[in-house]
Amino acid sequence: MLMFCCCLLQNSELFTLTYGALVTQLCKDYENDEEVNKQLDKMGYNIGVRLIEDFLARSSVGRCQDFRETADVIAKVAFKMYLGITPSVTNWSPAGDEFSLILENNPLVDFVELPDNHSTLIYSNLLCGVLRGALEMVQMAVDVRFAQDTLRGDNVTEIRMKFIKRIEENLPAGDDQEERKMVFY
Amino acid sequence: MADEALFQFLHNEVIQYIYKSAEGGETENGRNITKLENMGFRVGQGLIERFTKDTARFKDELDIMKFICKDFWTCVFKKQIDNLRTNHQGIYVLQDNKFRLLSQLSAGKQYLEHAPKYLAFTCGLVRGSLSNLGVKSIVTAEVSVMPACKFQVMIQKL
Repeated sequence: MLMFCCCLLQNSELFTLTYGALVTQLCKDYENDEEVNKQLDKMGYNIGVRLIEDFLARSSVGRCQDFRETADVIAKVAFKMYLGITPSVTNWSPAGDEFSLILENNPLVDFVELPDNHSTLIYSNLLCGVLRGALEMVQMAVDVRFAQDTLRGDNVTEIRMKFIKRIEENLPAGDDQEERKMVFY
Repeated sequence: MADEALFQFLHNEVIQYIYKSAEGGETENGRNITKLENMGFRVGQGLIERFTKDTARFKDELDIMKFICKDFWTCVFKKQIDNLRTNHQGIYVLQDNKFRLLSQLSAGKQYLEHAPKYLAFTCGLVRGSLSNLGVKSIVTAEVSVMPACKFQVMIQKL
């Protein structure tokens, strides 16, 4: 009997439910959706800058050579590790500096429905902040936003990621060239 | 299936958010603890909802508490409660010798004052789960030596 109970209790729902409780709290605390979206992004960023260390410690990915490789690592390794899904990478810009992650299903929105008065809420905006924060820690400034959202009636959820620039590491003066070549991981 | 680490990161960030504008006064702290506990309560209810609301499944109150200590704790924290004590009159003490959500805080007395923030959500989680299993309770927690903590469950007879 006890074994059977355990199968019904999915740990994955702990994160999803907690996230839902957070969004509910934010909607109570802030006047409008735009403020909630901003707060979710900020919190996501704070998580991202720490998550990256956990990710690098647990995956065996080396340094990415280019943005295409970064995209693959995000979709096939990171998303798989943390959310158990593998979004597809598509819609590359001609310059190769922008792509989309297409999520067939978004675990964050299980059992979620947006009420009518929250039509501009980007429910999963935490994810954008996480990606932005994590990549900043590996010297990449990116812009991340939701282009499509199943919660708002679209068929799929699409996250658009754009490479802005490489962030130079701020090393204290006096370090020699050799040390400068040491990368983050 | 969301990774355990993700929940921990989110939990910590939620605490930071709730406390960010706090002046640090005692009333403010109490309000924040309550907010966290209430969030945990709703999540606990949601978690147990998947489980049939058939309390006949459990022989008695002790059976429910054992479920919390074994299955529930394992699903949420990947380990069981280390020690369960009861006075057989509605008070249960659940001891976790290495509570996962305290791992962010360094061991040491200077962080003890912050420990309640990291326990509030879980108190709510337990209270919410018990609530959906038909048990009304008050759940409190205390840390004596990091990272060990005790959750006290007081069953409320209706």
